Amino acid sequence: MATAKIPEATSTLLAPAERALQVIGGDVSDASLRQYLEGLSPVDAVGLHARAASFQTRSIKAASKKTALDTIITLTDLTTLEGADTRGKVRSLVAKAITPDAGDPSTPTVAAVCVYGDMVPHVREALGARTDIAIAAVATAFPSGRASLAVKIADTKDAVAAGADEIDMVIDRGAFLSGRYGEVFDQIVAVKEACRRADGTYAHLKVILETGELNTYDNVRKASWLAILAGGDFIKTSTGKVSPAATMPVTLTMLHVVRDWKRLTGENIGVKPAGGIRSSKDAIRYLVMVAETVGSTWLHPHLFRFGASSLLNDVLLQRQKMTTGRYSGSAYVTEG
Amino acid sequence: MSHVSVPKTYKLYIGGAFPRSESGRVYPVNDSSGEFVAHAAQASRKDARDAVVAARAALSGWSGTTSYNRGQVLYRIAELLEGRRGQFIDELRATDGLTAGAARTHVNTAIDTWVWYAGWADKYAQVAGNTNPVSGPYFNISTPEPMGVVAAIAPQDGGLLGLVETIAPIIVSGNTAVVVASETSPFAAISLGEVMATSDVPGGVVNVLTGVSTEIAPWLAGHADVNGLDVSEAQHCDWVELQIAAAETLTRVLSPTQGIEPRSLERLTFFTETKTVWHTKSLI
Repeated sequence: MATAKIPEATSTLLAPAERALQVIGGDVSDASLRQYLEGLSPVDAVGLHARAASFQTRSIKAASKKTALDTIITLTDLTTLEGADTRGKVRSLVAKAITPDAGDPSTPTVAAVCVYGDMVPHVREALGARTDIAIAAVATAFPSGRASLAVKIADTKDAVAAGADEIDMVIDRGAFLSGRYGEVFDQIVAVKEACRRADGTYAHLKVILETGELNTYDNVRKASWLAILAGGDFIKTSTGKVSPAATMPVTLTMLHVVRDWKRLTGENIGVKPAGGIRSSKDAIRYLVMVAETVGSTWLHPHLFRFGASSLLNDVLLQRQKMTTGRYSGSAYVTEG
Repeated sequence: MSHVSVPKTYKLYIGGAFPRSESGRVYPVNDSSGEFVAHAAQASRKDARDAVVAARAALSGWSGTTSYNRGQVLYRIAELLEGRRGQFIDELRATDGLTAGAARTHVNTAIDTWVWYAGWADKYAQVAGNTNPVSGPYFNISTPEPMGVVAAIAPQDGGLLGLVETIAPIIVSGNTAVVVASETSPFAAISLGEVMATSDVPGGVVNVLTGVSTEIAPWLAGHADVNGLDVSEAQHCDWVELQIAAAETLTRVLSPTQGIEPRSLERLTFFTETKTVWHTKSLI
């Protein structure tokens, strides 16, 4: 039986990312990175599933539910990532981000609007002078990530120049699954550098692992470490274009990495489950999982986000139900 | 070999499936002489909500089929009901205390009612619709369209027939229905659900809740995603209060005082809305 050819670990030096230098030590090379990632303890999948399932059993009382629903809204990246997106569609999405429920002015605003890079100017224009809602742009040949590094960097720079506050990049899953960790690492470092604005500040970098293509929880754990070591501010589960997208066990694995990173360095890394979270009930379970795994300090837009398009409407319907006492209907929320 | 009888678990019918009540509650159902027959599921507020969600999800598909096709599906229900006459006759005798002859006549009439409404499916629009004379170079056409999700309280002592007379006029035009079965004899409703589930009626078009109708009705009446409410046989409920709750969310209500005949075109068109379109005449 032919065994898969594992590429030689070389002593090629990788980009000198600050975190990797500190944690791995010395000059970070392909070999030392591989050694570090393969030295991570494996994930106990059965225990992970049991733990993730246990978060679904919490009883959420009415007052907590009200707080949870508002928290979900403030943590939402309202997203449209369609080939058919237009300026008009983006403008109506921004209108919804600013005023999620026209019938209830007490509704909080969402954290960010997430669009393709070429739609960023339209979001900027629609937001006007407002800065309380961030603009997130997907970049680096989203969703496949199949483009040369030069194109990925240009894609990122373009979005940042247009005014994106946050960049959602995808990793090269092909390279990762082939064991070319160094290549993935260098690309993240390069994209991070492309997030640098003219004034020296950086756009926030969210690294999409596309866990639906990584096959194992061990890979999810490795990719999470890799993304953090290379300088990611956030680790994000999925593009939403691949099924399965965000699941509770996958997100829990990532939260564990974030917790370990906090213990190791004292630094807080954000987590963003995206895709497949459609009901308030599911989203509340995620909140429980975050609070019980990394603590409720994470329930803040700079450390936790939901990437979702249809979740917001369900949350609004639940909110209306709590306010009026009767079930609401789809005709009482705006589309999009 | 002796056979151990297998008693049937009567559950709800929501979205084409037969779930137990989310609450886990059941209540005992007795026959006409007060003897215990079986337990039925006692639907909760969340079951009512789930039923409306299922009905809403099924609406675009069901109202989008051709009226001819809907007629065929309704006729198919009659066909399958014909094949299960024995079961319905037995249930009516057990819980409603009908004699064998009366039960047979009752089931026959129920089957005839399906066929009667099936026939109307592709004809009512011609009768209820109209081309309106207008002063201008336009065609002006009014057609009846389904309203959406209609919630109904089935008659308490109507048996199978009362149920069919409630459901058929709602779904024939393309509405989807959430029906609260009779509290005292709910079994015909669940058995009818089993017929629906096997007769090409898409899941969610008809949803059956069993339980305490005075408890379930207010949740449905106040639900903003319910477009129509049939309380014409809900004299046992506080139907005036239901009407007020329904008005809050602009739900049309068929009340007991309207005097609309059970098997009538008027009843069918009550659950439709008139759409009027203008179209230019050609100018040659």
